[in-house]
Amino acid sequence: MSASQSVKKIIEINPYMLGTMAGGAADCQFWHRNLGVKCRLHELANKRRISVTGASKLLANILYSYRGMGLSVGTMIAGWDEKGPGLYYVDSEGGRLKGTRFSVGSGSPYAYGVLDSGYRYDMSVEEAAELARRAIYHATFRDGASGGVASVYHVGPNGWTKLSGDDVGELHYKYYPVEAEVVEQEMAELPVT
Amino acid sequence: MTKQQANWSPYDNNGGTCVAIAGTDYCVIAADTRMSSGYNILTRDYSKIIQLVDTSVLASSGFQADVRALQKVLAAKHLQYQYQHNKQMSCPAMAQLLSNTLYYKRFFPYYAFNVLGGLDREGKGCVFTYDAVGSYERVGYSSQGSGSTLITPFLDNQLKSPGPLLLPARDAVTPLSESEAIDLVKTCFASATERDIYTGDKLEILILNASGTRVEYMELRKD
Repeated sequence: MSASQSVKKIIEINPYMLGTMAGGAADCQFWHRNLGVKCRLHELANKRRISVTGASKLLANILYSYRGMGLSVGTMIAGWDEKGPGLYYVDSEGGRLKGTRFSVGSGSPYAYGVLDSGYRYDMSVEEAAELARRAIYHATFRDGASGGVASVYHVGPNGWTKLSGDDVGELHYKYYPVEAEVVEQEMAELPVT
Repeated sequence: MTKQQANWSPYDNNGGTCVAIAGTDYCVIAADTRMSSGYNILTRDYSKIIQLVDTSVLASSGFQADVRALQKVLAAKHLQYQYQHNKQMSCPAMAQLLSNTLYYKRFFPYYAFNVLGGLDREGKGCVFTYDAVGSYERVGYSSQGSGSTLITPFLDNQLKSPGPLLLPARDAVTPLSESEAIDLVKTCFASATERDIYTGDKLEILILNASGTRVEYMELRKD
């Protein structure tokens, strides 16, 4: 099996809902795509968009029915509906939580550290994006299984947009630039005897 | 009390390596023709490549019985698609069909490591790489199979371009010409054959471009 630096971990379910991927890549890809189909069918049947609450519950119920069979899915469903912004955490154990901030995956403890210390409910979009970017960067720094590109998306009332996608190697030098070292004593060449 | 282990496995690994490289207006898909089982060679002349559509070519290493079954399922689904839609499937459409086909056997997988290569509706080369249960992404190049650990770092060194996730998007570095890509593939397999016992005998290369499909063969070491 090949590891990849460019796997899309943010899945576009529809133009106003995003899902994140952690755990089994195929499990996440397939079930998020299936969720997108179910959301579209809901729109056609009910003549209105599905809520984030509803979409996350559709996914959670599917994953619960496969509980114990070895699926590995740790995902966040983020979207915007009539009640405003919505964020849910859903996993393959059958868990589903509503919240204002989550971190998922092998690097999540590292990301939580940065996320929790910098979070305020009244942050601006730019501040939040920068906090998220830093949280991802720090997770990639310490967790061997995380790396590649840090993607940041924003979900608003008119749907999602991609704000940035930065190589974490370059983020490292942006956050910790190399400074010229002050040399106290330089080594001198000894004359050859 | 230890858990009972199976004394028989439905799977076998017939070895082999597949590579695909996408260019601005071509796609190169290659695989060796050695089929092995354990330390034995079953045959030196077995093709792992199948052309499903004019614009889609599948190369698969792994358990060739599962590979053959998968090829037949995809060919049948494509035929149905043609009857229903009166047109051939595009390469990205075939890519998603393959992903779904693999995932439907999520709890008894096809032991097949696939690389799908072809031309998209705009005529640009595309390569899709898969895991055994269907997760896939579009990439500029890919290698799967027993020799992939030897070939992938070499391709990364020669071809690696800025990731598709970067924003602002960055242009890929100098694209290879078709003949340069073919030479690169031949070099990959010549090297992989040296160090991987399951890769060798003969190399089969399919080249897809606007003029159609072409096949080239190259002898590899038989030891």
